[in-house]
Amino acid sequence: MLKIAVIGGRETVMGFKALGLETYPAAEAAEAGRILRHLTRDSEDYAIIYIEETLAAELQHEIDRFKDSPRPAIILIPGREGSIGLGQSALKAAVERAVGTNILGD
Amino acid sequence: MASTAITPTRMVLNQLKGRLKTARRGHKLLKDKRDELMRQFMDVVKRNKELRIRVEEGLTAAFASLQVASSIMSPEMMEQALLYPRQSVELGMTYKNIMSVNVPRYSFHTKNDDPSEVYPYGFAQTSGELDDALEKLSLVFQDMLELAEVEKTMQLLAEEIEKTRRRVNALEYVMIPELEGNIKYISMKLEENENATKVRLLKVKEMVLQDAHHYQQ
Repeated sequence: MLKIAVIGGRETVMGFKALGLETYPAAEAAEAGRILRHLTRDSEDYAIIYIEETLAAELQHEIDRFKDSPRPAIILIPGREGSIGLGQSALKAAVERAVGTNILGD
Repeated sequence: MASTAITPTRMVLNQLKGRLKTARRGHKLLKDKRDELMRQFMDVVKRNKELRIRVEEGLTAAFASLQVASSIMSPEMMEQALLYPRQSVELGMTYKNIMSVNVPRYSFHTKNDDPSEVYPYGFAQTSGELDDALEKLSLVFQDMLELAEVEKTMQLLAEEIEKTRRRVNALEYVMIPELEGNIKYISMKLEENENATKVRLLKVKEMVLQDAHHYQQ
């Protein structure tokens, strides 16, 4: 059976725990990176990894490594402070990659 | 560039013509594939945009409720209330084939079907705001799952489109012109040889005639 992981600040992650997801609190990007590497290294058990935007900002190249493999899907979610727009960046990147230019106009 | 290492013979010419035909057909097929992928991709992008907005709004609202709850309850109580989840999730994954790109489809099961199982605590010592926050969170989680699916699909499609586009361009701007150039080179060379032979024959005929009849033009 596959699993879903959530990486984020302690308070962000707390609520997801009640939903039954596996949560990994991380205070800073380096720690989040360690967790991410650990989760993806020797098992393919994690199909989806949600990661808080603020932490993901510094882990872009780690996240990009998984772009072309069917799993895990690494999805950015906004943290407590609200969205900082990084989640949209995946969308823009994909469009630019496919079309060659940003045709969404924003 | 076209004439580097090809021997101008009829056999090579035929081979090249065959390859050109295949290249043209491949080009057309790949172009169709690219167009169809692009159409699918645009649908996925649109859906992704919608979901992204919904998830971000939903999460912000859920976190706000959580914030309120945590300001009412003590942090220890909060922690204690949420520490041991009663609910657990199982995720199944199958693949769906879109134009030979395998994209994931998630199926999601909770161990307990009872919706009240979201709350892993007794109601006596927790505030109503916490219930509210968890309810919002569990609602937005459905969207989050779909978002994961759609976003992954989008990334995989983007990769495939990029590859296909490269191939189409390579065929259109490199392979096909090169083949056409080579074919032209060979057919011109062959024609030239033919002319040379004809002229030589005329010349020989003239010499033979002169030898036999002292024929002067």
